[in-house]
Amino acid sequence: MVAANSTQPLSITLRVWRQADARQPGKFVEYQARELSPDMSFLEMLDVVNDQLTVKGEDPIAFAHDCREGICGTCSCTINGKPHGPGRGVATCQIYMRTFRDGDVVTVEPFRAAAFPVVKDLVTDRSAFDKIQSAGGFITVRAGSAPEANGLPVPKPDADLAMDAATCIGCGACVAACKNASAMLFVAAKVSHLGLMPQGQAERDRRVLAMVGTMDELGFGNCTNYYECSAACPKLISHDFIARMNGDYLKASFRAALKPESAGASGGV
Amino acid sequence: MATLDSKTPPGPLADKWRKHKADMKLVNPANKRKYEVIVVGAGLAGASAASSLADMGYKVKCFVFHDSPRRAHSIAAQGGINAAKNYQNDGDSVYRLFYDTIKGGDYRSREANVHRLAEVSVNIIDQCVAQGVPFAREYGGLLANRSFGGAQVSRTFYARGQTGQQLLLGAYSALMRNVGAGTVELHTQREMLDLVIVDGQAKGVVIRDLVTGAIERHAADAVVLATGGYGNVFNLSTYARGSNATAIWRAYKRGACFANPCYTQIHPTCIPVSGDYQSKLTLMSESLRNDGRIWVPKKAEDRRKDPSAIADADRDYFLERMYPAFGNLCPRDIASRAAKRVCDEGRGVGPSGLGVYLDFSDAISRLGANGVRERYGNLFDIYHEITAESAYEQPMRIFPAVHYTMGGLWVDYNLMSNVPGLFVLGEANFSDHGANRLGASALMQGLADGYFVIPYTIGDYLATQKPGSCPKADGPEFKAAEDNIRTMTKRLLDNPGREPVSHFHKRLGKLMWEFCGMARTKAGLETALQKIPELREEFWANVRVPGSGDSLNQSLEQAGRVADFIELGELMCRDALTREESCGGHFREEHQHPDGECKRNDEGFGHVAAWEFKGPGQAPARNVEALNYESVKMSVRNYK
Repeated sequence: MVAANSTQPLSITLRVWRQADARQPGKFVEYQARELSPDMSFLEMLDVVNDQLTVKGEDPIAFAHDCREGICGTCSCTINGKPHGPGRGVATCQIYMRTFRDGDVVTVEPFRAAAFPVVKDLVTDRSAFDKIQSAGGFITVRAGSAPEANGLPVPKPDADLAMDAATCIGCGACVAACKNASAMLFVAAKVSHLGLMPQGQAERDRRVLAMVGTMDELGFGNCTNYYECSAACPKLISHDFIARMNGDYLKASFRAALKPESAGASGGV
Repeated sequence: MATLDSKTPPGPLADKWRKHKADMKLVNPANKRKYEVIVVGAGLAGASAASSLADMGYKVKCFVFHDSPRRAHSIAAQGGINAAKNYQNDGDSVYRLFYDTIKGGDYRSREANVHRLAEVSVNIIDQCVAQGVPFAREYGGLLANRSFGGAQVSRTFYARGQTGQQLLLGAYSALMRNVGAGTVELHTQREMLDLVIVDGQAKGVVIRDLVTGAIERHAADAVVLATGGYGNVFNLSTYARGSNATAIWRAYKRGACFANPCYTQIHPTCIPVSGDYQSKLTLMSESLRNDGRIWVPKKAEDRRKDPSAIADADRDYFLERMYPAFGNLCPRDIASRAAKRVCDEGRGVGPSGLGVYLDFSDAISRLGANGVRERYGNLFDIYHEITAESAYEQPMRIFPAVHYTMGGLWVDYNLMSNVPGLFVLGEANFSDHGANRLGASALMQGLADGYFVIPYTIGDYLATQKPGSCPKADGPEFKAAEDNIRTMTKRLLDNPGREPVSHFHKRLGKLMWEFCGMARTKAGLETALQKIPELREEFWANVRVPGSGDSLNQSLEQAGRVADFIELGELMCRDALTREESCGGHFREEHQHPDGECKRNDEGFGHVAAWEFKGPGQAPARNVEALNYESVKMSVRNYK
């Protein structure tokens, strides 16, 4: 994180990707943002620019945002070529103007990936992540049927490692950062989180096969070990989880091939 | 006048829920699939309700305005979730959690609801653990706990400083499992803009597709609103920017009563405001008060000094001084008002003078910097990002900010509003927290409502509806609701105004904070009740909403929400003015004890005020539900 180097107001030139919708071509448009407080967040700067555009009768810049504290995963700008911009381990909403210098030219684009089509300007459609999740990112348990919570001890190191993976906010920066637009880090985080917990064992094979299969179907690329995903991740989720997922996937594939399901498994009750 | 029958079951408090479950009507499994239920919202309450109802066999449609159901602001809850597991062997019990919550709410919640909440709290932990929520563990592998404000036991379960995230992702995973199985029809980027009532019962909604602008009608046998709280009336709050009151406000305008709108929670530990451009305030979890000590200089002239240059003897650890029994862990409303008081005395710190120190130096000497980092590392990081200051080296500066709303749509014991067929869950309802919510209780309530209450109570209503009797979405009531929304949208877009929406939202926020914030007076509220209608007039005369209605238009979304906030703000002030007492988060300066504590008026106001819409330009009616305390005696809260 860049330290506070000034309390003086700063002015920057923004180059912002404007695109009316998925069907129309987009282009960069320049805007001046003047007299900004260094304590202002990057998104607050966009708010101010948008209010100025509105008063001038121009169309404000559409950008995705919600919690503005780095946890909901909605905000998703690529700033100066980096998903979520210049910080480390932070989301777009946690970038503050003190990170920039007076006179900087700042380029702002949406997260780019074939599986994330642009909706408008800086807003993309990331529903592909929800589809992967619905394919297997869960432990099946209906309300009312859970056993006593302390009946199943979980070794602290396993719980801690599962939590490291579970901190994923589903923003898609890993995809935008990857030259293959791979979703491996996102999928690996969920597969590892649930696979590390004893509760997650019953569906472990089925989960990894289904999630990886769906990821491939949706047009995400493969991993070629550059680890840009981890570097761009606002939660700094480790690429080690990808190795863990690959191991899981391989074992699950073998088991699925060698141990066919019971003939009655899909039958009626 | 609306009839407000709480439908609280008879019998001893601890038996009410068990007996009620046995008495409620059931819908047989083959019939469940003939009923359609609409769930609006997919935070903790909405996602847990939608997935549970789908697991039971109902046909569920779920609508969220976010691009994914994993985004709701439940995700930002940091500290934890309470449950009466008594794993610490420190004297906790269902009764004690019930009692703490009733007392914490300053005796303004419904006994039976709160007891049920405490009962099912233990099931919630079981459910979440089974889903794979990675709660903090002890080395033996069992679940860890910490303590929270307003309690003298350790009953809070947590997942680092991201408990809300982990619980929401658990509920989201259950929801997505049902979406994958085809048992929930999920509609993202859809905002509910109107409730449709057919023959006096809630039978559908009108929705705007935020991407295409299409206005859609959806019919169902029952409608469940789980759309969160309305703290963004204040503009600056710890809520997400998108959090809004539109769904519940439009339901209010269709006849659902709005209960205790003035009960808002001001959280004591937030990062202070830095400038006029500010869009949100960031919470520093209450869990920090386990190890941080709150203080200001004893002398006003020291307030500009470097805190390390102020000797211990010159510091006023005011919560420890005023509330020795609970100290830094006293409830939120009390801690917030105490911070306001010392700042009003001119002893506040930071550039604005609106701040107090939250100091970890004692904890660092006791636990080491790494020990503190392990407990609160992510919170210290957030603080550093926002302020560029290290809380390991100097105390945090904090100030109270709007955080939660205890008021909401009125519901009976079954969580059904006075409009039959309309259920309201989570923060959107008013039921469990009285005039002040204790920490780590919001997550508990959201999940209790969704996993363990609505699955039972909705059946009791649906069993009275003939299967397949759900009206078609082409009826006159649907058309009228859609026309209403089209007219409003057109009016906003065609308005020849000059000011952006944010201009009005900021002004509303300032009015609300000044006159309906931490301390309220008759004169101030009367001023607000004059100024807010003026602001409303000005909004409609002078707001500019660029763009069109047939594509993604964030200004249009925000304009509709702010229009609703302005109206709701007025109702909040009206409620605050009428409630001539102080209780919990509602502090009327005229009603205080000599030591500055809340002075309740149980005889005059030991009731729920549920406001009923009477038409545009008409004064709303104030209905009353008496609070009958059978098990607990209403007494003066004492945390000293």
